[in-house]
Amino acid sequence: MTTNSNNTSLDLNAIRARLSGSQGQQLWRSLDELADTDEFRELVEREFPQGAAEMTDPVSRRTFLKLMGASLALAGISGCTYQPRQYIAPYANAPAGWVPNVPVFYASTFVLNGYGSGVLVKSLESRPIKIEGNAAHPASLGATDVFAQASLLTMYDPDRSQLVLKNGQASTWEDFTAELQNALSVQETSQGAGLRILTETVTSPTMADQLNQLLTTYPRAKWYQYEPVNRTNSHKGAQLAFGEDVDTLYDFSQTKVVVSLDADFMSPGPGYVPYSRAFTNGRKVSEEHREMNRLYVVESTPSTTGATADHRIPLQAHKIDSFARTLAQRLGVGSAAGAEFTEHEEKMLDVIARDLEEHRGANVVLVGEHQPPELHALVHAINDALGNVGSTVNYIEPVEVRPADHYVDIADLTSEINAGLVEMLVIIGGNPVFNAPADLRFDEQLESVNFSVHLSLYVDETSSLATWHIPAAHFLESWSDARAFDGTASLVQPLIEPLYAGKTVHEIFAEMLGQSDQSNYEIVQTYWQSQLDAPFEEAWHNALSLGLFDGTASPVKTVTLQGSAVGEFVASESEGIEVVFRPDPSIWDGSFANNGWLQELPKPQTKLTWDNAALMSPHTAIGVLGLNIADPNNPTINDYEGLALSNGQMIDLDYRGGKLRIPVWITPGMPEDSITLYLGYGRSKAGRVGDGVGFNTYALRTSDAPWFGSGAEVTNAGERYSLVSTQDHWILEDRDASIYRVGNLKEFAHDPEYLKHEIHHEEFGDAEHEQFSLHPNAVYKYNAWGVVINLNACNGCNVCVIACQAENNIPVVGKAQVAVGREMHWLRIDRYYSGDFDNPATYLQPMACYQCEQAPCEVVCPVAATNHDREGINNMVYNRCVGTKYCSNNCPYKVRRFNFIQYTDIESPSLKLMYNPDVTVRNRGVMEKCTYCVQRISAARIEAKERAVQQGDPEYIIEDGAIVMACEAACPTEAITFGDLNNPESRVSKLRAEPINYGVLTELNTKPRTTYLARINNPNAELETE
Amino acid sequence: MQQSRGLQNTAGTEKELSPFLGPELNYTGISEKLGGIPLTGLLKTPPGWIVAFIIAFTLFVVYLVSIYVLLLFGVGVWGINIPVAWGFDIINFVWWIGIGHAGTLISAILLLFRQNWRNSINRFAEAMTIFAVACAGMYPILHLGRPWLFYWLIPYPNTHGLWPQFRSPLAWDVFAISTYAIVSILFWLVGLIPDFATLRDQAKNRFVKTIFGIISLGWRGSATHWHRYEMASLLLAGLSTPLVLSVHSIISLDFAVSQVPGWQVTVFPPYFVAGAVFAGFAMVLLLAIPVRAFYGLKSYITMEHIDVMSKVMLATGLIVVYGYSLEIFFAWYSGNVFEEYLLTNRLTGPYAWIYFGLIFCNAISIQLLWFRAVRRNLALVFIISIFVSIGMWFERFVIIVMSLHRDFLPSSWDMFIPTVWDYSLYLGSFGLFFTLMFLFIRFLPMINIFEMKMFLHQAREKDHLREEAAASAQAGD
Repeated sequence: MTTNSNNTSLDLNAIRARLSGSQGQQLWRSLDELADTDEFRELVEREFPQGAAEMTDPVSRRTFLKLMGASLALAGISGCTYQPRQYIAPYANAPAGWVPNVPVFYASTFVLNGYGSGVLVKSLESRPIKIEGNAAHPASLGATDVFAQASLLTMYDPDRSQLVLKNGQASTWEDFTAELQNALSVQETSQGAGLRILTETVTSPTMADQLNQLLTTYPRAKWYQYEPVNRTNSHKGAQLAFGEDVDTLYDFSQTKVVVSLDADFMSPGPGYVPYSRAFTNGRKVSEEHREMNRLYVVESTPSTTGATADHRIPLQAHKIDSFARTLAQRLGVGSAAGAEFTEHEEKMLDVIARDLEEHRGANVVLVGEHQPPELHALVHAINDALGNVGSTVNYIEPVEVRPADHYVDIADLTSEINAGLVEMLVIIGGNPVFNAPADLRFDEQLESVNFSVHLSLYVDETSSLATWHIPAAHFLESWSDARAFDGTASLVQPLIEPLYAGKTVHEIFAEMLGQSDQSNYEIVQTYWQSQLDAPFEEAWHNALSLGLFDGTASPVKTVTLQGSAVGEFVASESEGIEVVFRPDPSIWDGSFANNGWLQELPKPQTKLTWDNAALMSPHTAIGVLGLNIADPNNPTINDYEGLALSNGQMIDLDYRGGKLRIPVWITPGMPEDSITLYLGYGRSKAGRVGDGVGFNTYALRTSDAPWFGSGAEVTNAGERYSLVSTQDHWILEDRDASIYRVGNLKEFAHDPEYLKHEIHHEEFGDAEHEQFSLHPNAVYKYNAWGVVINLNACNGCNVCVIACQAENNIPVVGKAQVAVGREMHWLRIDRYYSGDFDNPATYLQPMACYQCEQAPCEVVCPVAATNHDREGINNMVYNRCVGTKYCSNNCPYKVRRFNFIQYTDIESPSLKLMYNPDVTVRNRGVMEKCTYCVQRISAARIEAKERAVQQGDPEYIIEDGAIVMACEAACPTEAITFGDLNNPESRVSKLRAEPINYGVLTELNTKPRTTYLARINNPNAELETE
Repeated sequence: MQQSRGLQNTAGTEKELSPFLGPELNYTGISEKLGGIPLTGLLKTPPGWIVAFIIAFTLFVVYLVSIYVLLLFGVGVWGINIPVAWGFDIINFVWWIGIGHAGTLISAILLLFRQNWRNSINRFAEAMTIFAVACAGMYPILHLGRPWLFYWLIPYPNTHGLWPQFRSPLAWDVFAISTYAIVSILFWLVGLIPDFATLRDQAKNRFVKTIFGIISLGWRGSATHWHRYEMASLLLAGLSTPLVLSVHSIISLDFAVSQVPGWQVTVFPPYFVAGAVFAGFAMVLLLAIPVRAFYGLKSYITMEHIDVMSKVMLATGLIVVYGYSLEIFFAWYSGNVFEEYLLTNRLTGPYAWIYFGLIFCNAISIQLLWFRAVRRNLALVFIISIFVSIGMWFERFVIIVMSLHRDFLPSSWDMFIPTVWDYSLYLGSFGLFFTLMFLFIRFLPMINIFEMKMFLHQAREKDHLREEAAASAQAGD
């Protein structure tokens, strides 16, 4: 084709970049394809490139017709198009034990803030498609946090960086290594005086080893750590208390009283799952076990921990220190703070102190990471005084390779750059340009470094200012290792070859150390070879299959409390409105901003999606915005409806030199005169999902007050912004008995049936009542699946929601669609407020299809697209659904979800790889809903049948616990139990027989298969009267 | 054919024979007047008609564009959501189908009751029925998530061995609506045959003559023809009569069978039928009043007609109001928290203005019709009819949206905010309706010619007998 040579301008540089950026095995058909020119696309898209040209020429039309005739005749023999030569993998030599469509699970480690937790990654045909917790791993116990679940989507994110970039232009790894070597050779002469390495928190032993080697090779080089969410305060607190660095471990299994001082230990962070689980196990009551622990929470922001509390005190963050000091004084530790407290708070202090005294050695006092080091030290002293150390509180050597003060580190680095001392800066992960303290102006400094490298999953804010950007391999694509909160080391093993030729930190360090011949795998293996006892192969394989190195947990360490631990109370200035920063419960520090699952995840307390906001109490909002309510002195929770109309009102925040315009979200339970800002939003270079979502609160965060500070000026900006939440109505409208039942331990212990009696009496008086139905109950011969959810265990952490989304190919719909009420989550967590306007009780209720025995949805479907199966599950036949939506209208629980438009992305090639092949990918116009993970039930049934056939049994039996739903598996507190109701010995049958078991809206005779165990609180008798 | 009994046929008697007949009417006049409208040459089409038709057709184009956008993107272009999964689609469906009911009531039930005054409005009302059913019938198809599969709701033998689920009211709807559409069209067409023959005979244009010749199916007006015609009409009237009651009853079951508070109401079937007749008569009046003025049909549709129709509207309106008061009573009497809240939400919720609008339109405005002077004031009747049409639309909004948007679990409560495509499809359906309506009044006899003549004849006969009796009485004196 002569025309091609004229029109096509092949950009050879672009091709080279593309080639080196892709993997060696990627196939290309021509240089045109490589350059991805328009001509090439046209060529591919035209059906008859030659024939069509012939048609315009009258002379050769006859020839064309002849050709057509011939090809039609030949079509039946050979097919008419020439197939390009491509290689396919027939699996003639399949890996050992490989069976098509039977998943294989690989143990790996998910790392958040440097701390690892074990995961099992489900792999189908070499594609990771679901992340589960690793039951053998102490930080996982089989469950995960939301980020581990959602990291799957990050791996397949089509927006991930795919090319090595130099000053924003496509380059290659080879060019980079060449320049890196040049720069290093300069550094060699000065012993690395101009070399700086900036990492996030490091616990990885291999990385520590490499860093050691680097710092030995370049003795004058420096290694800094910075991460916006870090453990600086607890490390400094330990230093103050014990004169040495230690990490604290809590044992909740025997605790009777827990006091949390702004410590949200049931939100993601080190020890999240084991702490949540052990604590919650102490709250699960039954007819036999009528005891539970008691939780007091003093907090500055409503949290999942606060929602679980028996007594919760909202307090400004800076007041928590004096609250703790007063408490300590009543326990005989230190002197009083001299601060003033309200009558109620004074009483709380008395009661808490008494309760702690009564349960010496069986309680835990925790303090939040964002509270100052002095308070951490004081809490160590309190635990010591209460005799908790050694029983419920233990100390270990720090897990981090080098506990650092992150704010000092980043400040030092910035000033060194400013002083011109930094010639070469290697940034491993993180995004300091976006999230470094605003007063440091790190972004301005970075540009002045001659040679800077940023290894990152995305071309983010930092990458675009660095000289070099190297695409990072996702943890599902790399070999590495990490340590858990208790010191246990485990391996990160890849599930798939890097999709976009990403590199790991180990490869960069190896390159810097002149060990470029070592592969990622070899680096990690070589390190562990030096650590493990012979025989190495066996130990290595054990670690890989088990998911951890057995016996690497840190031993308990004895520490002595220093006299300085208690410290002196320093009255903090408390003028104006306080600003509190918290990592976002959905997108953390902003690193998950391009993850649609997480962006759309309703935040546990506010149910906000796709945005952050300035959270403030109703009273503060009334003051700040100048709102009118009927009786401002005595507002009730019902006034919330009116106040909620002010959500989205913009305010201008002027705080420590930073300015921010951000919408208000009125949050009952916030302390007065306090504003909480979630971090991580307002990204400008996150990707297509995260760009421009929310407001950048890092703009207000300074290195001297990273977590909270007073003195914010707040003015009403007079503008409105549309904030979107998934739940607009916040109170139960006196429907508690039908929807959410709450009792208290005292009465429960006296009569476990009391809730039932109370409700029965309310509805029917003393008369006997029997539910009557004209429809005979269906008989389930085999299994009858059911679920019981323990409301005492649910803290609304959202992991189940994401796990369900990952398992069931649930699409992300975007902010605009959530705004009109079309979110697709099959499993949602309802949140209701009750009681006091300023400090309400928060009720959380996971809600998904109940698989009603008498399902109202089934009778109204005109095409019978939703039906019961023989095990009692209300199934959706997606390809039969025509979309009348009648089923949803008739569903009293509104758990059905409809594809109003084409929500599922069926175009992006990488996302196609991610979808679970066992679950239909739903298109536009189809209703969908929870089916108790019917695909998992089928898999277990097939397995049971196979086993029965092999053993010659006439009947198959599915063991209790053989089927675990995605939500159930991910739940840190084991709040969800699935099982066979036909089997009286199954866990679910036993739970259902509990006296506090109830169904939602059972008066409608729907006979739900999912029931709840009522929430039982354990309030202190001395405070109960309030 | 135009002569019978040798009565004079050229000049009117100039004497009021019946309040439903203008005094100047005579047989030839009727044929020429009513037959003349469709036979007017295309070029002589009244400019007023052209303007009106262009407006209607523009709206019809809006309808087509709305459907195109809907099919392209899905029902998500509307404002519906979870929990309000039905919005304008079903509101409009019920509204349109309700409007159709007046036509059937007039043509069938009044025929059986020998209410001859219906003769001048029945053709017109029947046409309205058919066009309203056409408008209504599109909605259930368009509201589907996958409208191209609408035929799965029809029982037909297929290789899957799958049938519709007959327990679902939506499957009943398919039968109710299709039966209604078929019977209405048949009834209308059969009634048109004698008039087609009249037009065939009157037509000068050869082409027009041929067309009417073909569609009059060889009607010659023989006694056998008339005999069979009468029998067929009577049978179809007999078939239609239960339909008047059944169609809207079945549609009301779409709601009554469910368990949504505000839907699960046992009074719904009769309440819906009354509401349908109520809305239908309002629409007949809305159409008849301007057409009567425009085409000078005051002798055919007299003030007496307006008066009678207003009375029917008042009567059915009062039944509907009774329904509203029962709903309030039930909410209180049930002691059921969900039913109680339903009422609270109607009276104080975010859509309360629609509920009060409904009460104003349907309960308060019609009270004026108690007065004869109002019933005979065209402007007032017209305005009240508009109120009733709006009120009945509000009623469906109250039932559908206000029940769904706050049902059992407060967590799932949400608002329904219609989008531009909700409105455009509704407006567009007026385009479909009026395009068909204008084509009908331009090209077909909008008032039944032969029945008018029969009516005139019967009136004269009665008058003649009366005179004879009077004469003989005089003679007897």
